[in-house]
Amino acid sequence: MKEISVEQIAETVKKLCIEAACNLTEDVEQLLKKGLEKEESEFGRYVLEQILDNVKLSRQETTAMCQDTGLAVIFAEIGQDVHIVGGSFADALNEGVRRGYEEGFLRKSAVDDPLFIRKNTGDNTPAIIHTEIVPGDKLKIMVVPKGAGSENMGALKMLKPSDGVQGVKDFVLKTVTEAGGNPCPPIIVGVGIGGTMEKATILAKKALTRKAGEPHPDPHYRALEEELLEKINRSGIGPQGLGGRVTALAVHIEAYPTHIATLPVAVNLNCHAARHAEAIL
Amino acid sequence: MGQVKKITTPLTPEQVQDLKAGDRVTITGVIYTGRDAAHKNLVKTLQEGQPLPVELKDQIIYYVGPCPARPGQAIGSCGPTTSGRMDAYAPLLIEKGLKGMVGKGPRSPQVVEAMKKYGAVYFAAIGGAGATIARSVKKAEVVAYPELGPEAIYRLEVENFPCIVVIDAEGNDQYKIGVEAYRLAE
Repeated sequence: MKEISVEQIAETVKKLCIEAACNLTEDVEQLLKKGLEKEESEFGRYVLEQILDNVKLSRQETTAMCQDTGLAVIFAEIGQDVHIVGGSFADALNEGVRRGYEEGFLRKSAVDDPLFIRKNTGDNTPAIIHTEIVPGDKLKIMVVPKGAGSENMGALKMLKPSDGVQGVKDFVLKTVTEAGGNPCPPIIVGVGIGGTMEKATILAKKALTRKAGEPHPDPHYRALEEELLEKINRSGIGPQGLGGRVTALAVHIEAYPTHIATLPVAVNLNCHAARHAEAIL
Repeated sequence: MGQVKKITTPLTPEQVQDLKAGDRVTITGVIYTGRDAAHKNLVKTLQEGQPLPVELKDQIIYYVGPCPARPGQAIGSCGPTTSGRMDAYAPLLIEKGLKGMVGKGPRSPQVVEAMKKYGAVYFAAIGGAGATIARSVKKAEVVAYPELGPEAIYRLEVENFPCIVVIDAEGNDQYKIGVEAYRLAE
């Protein structure tokens, strides 16, 4: 049994919040550079150049690349041989978020009651926490800050099995096309297929944490990812919706077994500031 | 994408008419921030017949909720937020004399109608380029609704703040023009 203290967890989450907000990972930056090579539209090229400059500047200055530093979405994989000591795990994650958003000069964007009160909580808590118990004695924490511009453009549909592959394609394309310039393209498109309503949605979110542009291991899903990417980039939406060839940088699909009578599909869009940072304790 | 037009605030009706969809511009002068909660308050104040906490006639509102400033900086990261969420409130502010809005993403037909009727222009800044944009902000101070935190109204002094005219006072829309030009058949 390995012991991990809540203090160690809070400090790790703090660092990850700042790291994610200020330092875009190499994989996404590479796709942006490739996009610039491919882009034909003058506005599109201008936008991509500005985005790439912004990536460099935010990294140099440890400044948030985007002011919407999001809700702190946390995926935690907890080894079943880990014992968390000194307090509650959820409190430790929230304490890390509190410290990270304060010390990193990140925007506090969380409101308490979502409908009637909507008062800013002042410290960006609570985090959105997804936990999974896995074999082993390690704790993996991934912080995936998610802004509302792209989150608001996501959608879920409970398709019929007879809708099949075509139904999935139509729904993904409709969601991306209707979103237009709102989710800050070029976007990464996360698609969750199967499971139940909530499972499909979490899969779509989790798909966004995959190394950007890395294909699905299964050849059918890989081919579908490629086809959807090509179709999305024929839409003409382009960087920031100003028209162009590069609307999406990648499509990531995650699938899961489902019921004989259903075919859930969720689409979760990520802006070009596709941020994440992870650590293993 | 032609030459960059330099504009200063407050905007004159002539300046507004001179700006065309697809123009690249830089803004110098004072602009005001405002987003969801501030807009809700502003419109409520007008509907109750009360004076606004800031004079918006001939001014520009920037849809942004900035990050806190680091010591020595005027402001933190401050890129645009999605404008569509302000569509319910914008027509009344335009009727009261607001001349410009900076944000990102499309506007409703009601907003475009008000822009044509009263003479206003809509600019896009680059979403997600908040660190770069912050460099053009020289001074920032909260002038209304401090209790709203990042949603308070700030008075910003900007120098060569870069944006693109996306919808002009005739209703031409660069989003539609641009996407149409690059859309390919299925």
